[in-house]
Amino acid sequence: MRTDSEIIRGFKAGLPIALGYIPIAIAFGALAAEAQISWYEGTLMSIIVYAGASQFVGVSMLLVGAGSMQIITTTLFLNMRHLIMSLAVNDRMRDFPQSWKNLLSFGITDETFALLTLGTAGEDTGADLTPLYMAGLTGTAYLSWVIGTAVGGLGANLIPVNITTAMTVGLYGLFIGLLVPPARKSISYTVIALVSMALNSLLGLFLDFGWAIVLAMIMAAGLGIFLIREDS
Amino acid sequence: MNILILIIGMAVVTYIPRLLPALFLDRIQFPDWFQKWLKSIPYAALGALIFPGVMLVEKDQPLLGLAGGLAAFMLALLNLHIILVMVGAITVVILLQTFFF
Repeated sequence: MRTDSEIIRGFKAGLPIALGYIPIAIAFGALAAEAQISWYEGTLMSIIVYAGASQFVGVSMLLVGAGSMQIITTTLFLNMRHLIMSLAVNDRMRDFPQSWKNLLSFGITDETFALLTLGTAGEDTGADLTPLYMAGLTGTAYLSWVIGTAVGGLGANLIPVNITTAMTVGLYGLFIGLLVPPARKSISYTVIALVSMALNSLLGLFLDFGWAIVLAMIMAAGLGIFLIREDS
Repeated sequence: MNILILIIGMAVVTYIPRLLPALFLDRIQFPDWFQKWLKSIPYAALGALIFPGVMLVEKDQPLLGLAGGLAAFMLALLNLHIILVMVGAITVVILLQTFFF
């Protein structure tokens, strides 16, 4: 385990996320500019908040005149899913020094979580995640999001809406591409994923996105308690 | 100044859910069923992240996102590299946007 190659390996593993993040971050930077947020404030938001969905929702709420408390409350609810995702990621970081855990937990997004738990460094090779590998992976995603935001804020909207839509589908491609290979090997995991889709669709009829997805995740993963055998 | 307070507030409420498990997870000995639940989370999370969200990328055109998702699914079945799955989905959506939607 050479330390220099660990971080490079992580960087390479994070590139698919950067591909998806850059155009969306540029679109966010442009939206922030539209809401009279200066490019450095928009970039600061990406640096310290670093949560795509929340940032889009926050700025959109600002545009329609919502108050700060309302936006912060919405942000909190929108991000409850990261609590569950962070549980799963921290389960893989049990032996890390506490400061690494604190730092790397900041970098948990839907996409980095998906790659860290189901990407090739995890299941396929059976290799443990190392701090430097995770730093490379999450750092790539983070920098692409921050730099993309600055570019969008400075250069207004360079990217047509059509392309942003297509790149968003690209991130769904990332999720699907990560889910399908392990799910194919296990009927239990396939059932859990399908039930979660159904629950999320159903709960979405009554609840906000933030709550629907958290409840769907908790309940569908609960099926695993009955479906997964001891040895697997 | 106001916007700065908003950004800091958003940062705090975003970091808390991410940080909490880092602070307490290894101090508690979890029973076997909890480990199974943890192991199942990636599959449950990705299921819920994919659907129905993939249909809403273009609010008036649910079929557009669905077609992109279907393309990704087929490519993933071929065990292609994740970048190729993404590029395939993106290409299908751009082609559909150009010729149909």
